[in-house]
Amino acid sequence: MLNSVFLLVLVLAALMAASFVFARRKAKATVVAAGEGAGLIFHSQPGYYGWLAGIVSGLAALMALVAGANLSLNPWMTLTLMMVVGLAGSYFAASRVSAEFRARTYVEFFIKTLLVTCSLIAVFTTVGIILSLVFESFRFFQEVSFLDFLTGLQWSPQTAMRSDQVGQSGAFGAIPVFTGTFLIMAIAIVVAAPIGLLIAIYLSEYAEKRTRKIVKPVIEILAGVPTVVYGFFALMTVGPAIRALAETMGFSVPTQSAITAGLVMGIMIIPFVSSLSDDVINAVPQSMRDGSYALGATKSETMTKVVFAGALPGIIGALLLAVSRAIGETMIVVLAAGRAANLTGNPFEAVTTVTVQIVALLTGDQEFDSAKTLAAFALGLMLFIITLVLNFIALIIVRRYRARYE
Amino acid sequence: MPENNSIHASEYALKRLNKRHMRERRFKMAGLGAIFVAVFALIWLMSSILGSGYKAFYTHSMTMDIELTESLLDPQKLREPDKLRKGNFRLIIQNSLYARFPDVTDRKARRELFDIVSSSGAPNLIRQMVYQNPDLVGQTLTIKVPTSDHVDQLLKGNIDRNVKEERRKVSDRQIAWVDELIASGEIKAGFNTCFFFCADSQDAELAGIMGAFIGSLMTLFITALIAIPIGIGAAIWLDEFAPRNKLVDFIEININNLAAVPSIIFGVLGLAIFINFFGMPRSAPIVGGLVLGLRALPTVIIATRATLMAVPQSIRDGALSVGASHIQAVFHHKLPQAGPGILTGSIIAMAQALGETAPLLMVGMVAYLTEIPDGVTDPATVLPVQIFIWAGNAERAWIEKTSAAIILLLLVLFLINGFAIWLRNKLEKRW
Amino acid sequence: MSKIDSEISKIKFTCKDVRVAYSGKEALHGINMAIDDRGVTAFIGPSGCGKSSFLRVFNRMNDTIAGCTVTGEVYMDGQDIYAPSLDPVLLRARVGMVFQKPNPFPKSIYDNVAYGPRIHGLASNKAELDHIVEKSLQRAGLWEEVKDRLKDSGTGLSGGQQQRLVIARAIAVSPEVILMDEPASALDPIATARLEELIEELSQKYCIVIVTHSMAQAARISQRTAFFHMGDLVEYGLTTNIFTNPADPRTQDYITGRTG
Repeated sequence: MLNSVFLLVLVLAALMAASFVFARRKAKATVVAAGEGAGLIFHSQPGYYGWLAGIVSGLAALMALVAGANLSLNPWMTLTLMMVVGLAGSYFAASRVSAEFRARTYVEFFIKTLLVTCSLIAVFTTVGIILSLVFESFRFFQEVSFLDFLTGLQWSPQTAMRSDQVGQSGAFGAIPVFTGTFLIMAIAIVVAAPIGLLIAIYLSEYAEKRTRKIVKPVIEILAGVPTVVYGFFALMTVGPAIRALAETMGFSVPTQSAITAGLVMGIMIIPFVSSLSDDVINAVPQSMRDGSYALGATKSETMTKVVFAGALPGIIGALLLAVSRAIGETMIVVLAAGRAANLTGNPFEAVTTVTVQIVALLTGDQEFDSAKTLAAFALGLMLFIITLVLNFIALIIVRRYRARYE
Repeated sequence: MPENNSIHASEYALKRLNKRHMRERRFKMAGLGAIFVAVFALIWLMSSILGSGYKAFYTHSMTMDIELTESLLDPQKLREPDKLRKGNFRLIIQNSLYARFPDVTDRKARRELFDIVSSSGAPNLIRQMVYQNPDLVGQTLTIKVPTSDHVDQLLKGNIDRNVKEERRKVSDRQIAWVDELIASGEIKAGFNTCFFFCADSQDAELAGIMGAFIGSLMTLFITALIAIPIGIGAAIWLDEFAPRNKLVDFIEININNLAAVPSIIFGVLGLAIFINFFGMPRSAPIVGGLVLGLRALPTVIIATRATLMAVPQSIRDGALSVGASHIQAVFHHKLPQAGPGILTGSIIAMAQALGETAPLLMVGMVAYLTEIPDGVTDPATVLPVQIFIWAGNAERAWIEKTSAAIILLLLVLFLINGFAIWLRNKLEKRW
Repeated sequence: MSKIDSEISKIKFTCKDVRVAYSGKEALHGINMAIDDRGVTAFIGPSGCGKSSFLRVFNRMNDTIAGCTVTGEVYMDGQDIYAPSLDPVLLRARVGMVFQKPNPFPKSIYDNVAYGPRIHGLASNKAELDHIVEKSLQRAGLWEEVKDRLKDSGTGLSGGQQQRLVIARAIAVSPEVILMDEPASALDPIATARLEELIEELSQKYCIVIVTHSMAQAARISQRTAFFHMGDLVEYGLTTNIFTNPADPRTQDYITGRTG
């Protein structure tokens, strides 16, 4: 399959290159034939006639390819058809070479269309996400009621292997999954918000330029570490450390727990919070600080009472983005939070999250019509909606905030 | 000192001022503390991974005299490679070990003796040699075979010799043999080539990252092919040609939101659309690359737009004023100016894609594969997913492997990001 | 340095060889002058002459600019304000400042004025604070306009009102000196006129030092004027003398509009 794709690309490229050279040469010859100074009369430079021929022949050949595939011609027939149609296209384009013909306009129209298509792909991605999630979720909610899903207190998605098994029908109450998600998110934010903010404040207001130049990239390294590495770190180092610490204090904590996952996730989000807050804090004009210093305020008073107050909307926006990131984070929780769907608010217990359940339900071989698999799409839809709403609010807040100081 | 009757110089005010300065110092200390916490976390992370991972870069192997007994491997003297491959090479290794330790006769002891070397690695090594060169049968070779992971761990000091025998993975007898082989120089430590050049394996001593590395390269290739041209195209359109209307506003908001959609959702998209709907192969780099390409797309768009916006409008206007078309002005003048920034942004987006795990789990790139993939439609896995798979094994040898794979992944990411930053500093223009 | 007859009033600031440098580049070359305790002293001169830098010497606002160094001696009521033992926070409580562009905090009008008294602990209860806020707003001539909307944001006021709010904010801390850095440059003529009236009133009670671009303004409101040129103090004396009978040809050129 790969070879045939490669061959196709090669043929197309050769065809287009040949058309380009052919048409450009013809255009040049036409200019020369028209006599001295004719270059100025021509609407477009010879190269554009070449480009146009290349594009036309390429498009024609592609159409031939689609037609060939639809008529289920054999590969060699299709290839021949592509060549013939492509060359015809190129000949047609070259035949239009004349002083009045606006080759550049057509080429540029083609380029613009290509650029628009690029932008639309981003939109199609969103549409694709929504369609796939909504469609499969719809199938899920035909089997499990939406209300049970949203309000049920028990999550055990194992369905019956055989129809005669009793009591194995699976429970799809998502409350324990959501509590787990929010518990871990809350721990992560409690860790990341103050640390990230204080780092941003220290670096922008107190640190000398040299310190800032060293510390900032070091903190940023934390942002570049892949999440699976954090997950492994949580599982192998932080989890056991917390358990050991708890043992010395006389109570027992499992290696996989909400606190482990939340703590490590908090570390992961620190650079995210600090760099967003840094932007926000720097957006507060220097004149605010000057006004405060001139009244005899200390730096910390200026920061907490003037700058922070001014930056508050922006900081809230940044924190919302951090929350959304924490909710959608997968690898740390998959490795460090556990899979048991405990309905608990105790951070020292194992909990599960939306993303963990999606991974658990969708990895490995699965049938696409079982409620178990479809449940993952329902969870995915919830996750998508929650993060979308959070991001949307955050973006609006941040945008308004920026406008305020511009 | 002249008299100072300002209310700010009263005793009360001065006392209060002291307190305010204390608060100021505390606040500053809190900031320093926060930096300390973050840096400490980074050091903890790095040192814990380096500490458990560096030992995977060397391994122990045993030099053995191996008699390729003809009567056992090729009694009919056919020397046919395909038949030879099915021979009992395990027995060959065992015989060689029994010959080395002739006084070990007990069945259980002999089994323990065989456990010193890699139980599938050692026979496979000779199998491969004989398959490629059937004439070796009948000769006696001196070759190096990998030791079992328990012996390797013992020699790396990860198995405590003082623990009771029942509670450790190597027996007292094995320890004695290994010590003897070490003393005689038959077991030696050396660079762990297999870790770099082997694919995954069930045996820790034979598992390597090559398969995942090639998988990562293929996936990233597809990702770059999707995200970079489309991302740059979209950014150019939005920055230069897009009309200012509600629809374009919507596209921009959509792109910003897409950048913040959890990456696992992209995996779900890939599963539902590419695999289930279009019927593309599971576990293949082509699908993984497509998914990561869409994931990286908004990142590339946002980075490119930021660079394009930083190019002064005057450059474009200058080109327009000498009669260039809008497209010419953008492609001939603005884009080259923004080139370095776009390049840096794209490289950083690719580095992010290289570290991505969750979406690839969704499209089945978690398969256990002992072969190095040949093409983008073959089943494959990638480095972060390999790390995830290995992280599920709690044994010491696997923790070591996982950490070592992480070290390599971080190194690669560090180099890529470092290169991007170097490039930016070198080529960046300021207006 | 011009001779100042100190019989009229006490001296507030004495400067000896004050130099200000930004990242090693000197912007003011050794200024010696004394500033009176009451009344308005105006600093005039072309852009970049160093008058604003010099103004920021008196409340050590230059400390907040990275790379800015101040050398020489500045005494306020005989006390060296650049002495290591001196607390700039305390100094700034005694020397208020009003900036070129009005910079009310993004808080309510009330909180803007109450900010200073709060951080300095000038009020022990809400009633006292209310009193300080009201008095300051009255002194700044803003009370009547805002008394019904003290909870509204300070940034919602007009430019002239904002500048008076900022003055009220400075007065609320009970300073001895108010520095003004081209306070009217962002205001329309009517607001400027109101501000000038206010400055005249305030000069009865505070030492006011004002940097201004407008010579007419200096002539209208100040008792003394200092003319700066390229980092030097060229001429300093009674405003009437400077404007009618300048001693230095550079001053002459500037006030007659030939330079500047």
